Amino acid sequence: MNRNTAGDRDIDPVGTALVIGNINWFRFAAPQTFYPLAGAMIPWFAWAAALLAVAGLTIGLLVAPTDHQQGEAYRIIFIHVPAAWMSMFLYLVMAFWAGVGLVFNTRLSGMMASAIAPTGALFTFIALWTGSLWGKPTWGTWWVWDARLTSELILLFLYFGFMALQAAIDEPRRADRAGAVLALVGVVNIPIIYYSVQWWNTLHQGASVSLTRAPTMAATMLAGMAVMALAAWMYAIAISLHRVRTIILEREHAADWIGRHVEGAQP
Amino acid sequence: MNWAGWSDFIAMGGYAVYVWGSYGVTAGLIVVEIVMAIQRRRAALARVRGGAAARS
Repeated sequence: MNRNTAGDRDIDPVGTALVIGNINWFRFAAPQTFYPLAGAMIPWFAWAAALLAVAGLTIGLLVAPTDHQQGEAYRIIFIHVPAAWMSMFLYLVMAFWAGVGLVFNTRLSGMMASAIAPTGALFTFIALWTGSLWGKPTWGTWWVWDARLTSELILLFLYFGFMALQAAIDEPRRADRAGAVLALVGVVNIPIIYYSVQWWNTLHQGASVSLTRAPTMAATMLAGMAVMALAAWMYAIAISLHRVRTIILEREHAADWIGRHVEGAQP
Repeated sequence: MNWAGWSDFIAMGGYAVYVWGSYGVTAGLIVVEIVMAIQRRRAALARVRGGAAARS
């Protein structure tokens, strides 16, 4: 038995395999299966991200008309809104994988959560940074301590706290469990961010896009935002998969299977 | 097309600092993240290739 899988229940964590369509899905939860699979997926997501970003920037900077209220300053929206969406969405995905790792004791889940955190923090910082640069010309201030901005800043600290906590614990599985508890507690912040503009008075405008209301902005503006959001999504998947492969190498460096995927590996 | 020319595009209707400050920092941070991810992978690969001797 490979010593790296001893004591873990990666292949069949709950005793009965999750079999859908003749595929045992828990098989993909094993790092040695996921490592080459992720490697094969990265180029597709990376190219999709690059092409969508070019398309989104073309629409946002060249095609979309000038806003009649905000002039050209509104073009920050094509970065700001996708980044803000991703900051919240990635946190939920991170907390989901952290929770799965906590419940099923699967190694890969904790690695996924760790791989997502830096990208989540990046998008949170971008949302705050671009929001500040947008706030100055439109509100007349770089920052206000209102609910939306403060809760988004707390989100950044949650990402930093998750990464710092994991970095402070030497044993990876214990780091995963401690990080998972923090990540899951922090989930309460996400609805607070999302609904903050409804629950409290704020300078921040309400949701730009709603499923229940007709769009309040020009179709090209909406298209630019949607394409940029897709680009951000593809980028986040590509970079997270890249990082999870690195984390697998870091944690399983002594495993026999690494030699099948890394030329010159010496277990 | 919204722009009369290159300089008009760069000027962003007087909001150049804010718009390009947003796009530039975002692009820069993404490049930094990609470079850091590649460096971290190289370090992990070197460790794997180094074998048990390099790790002890």
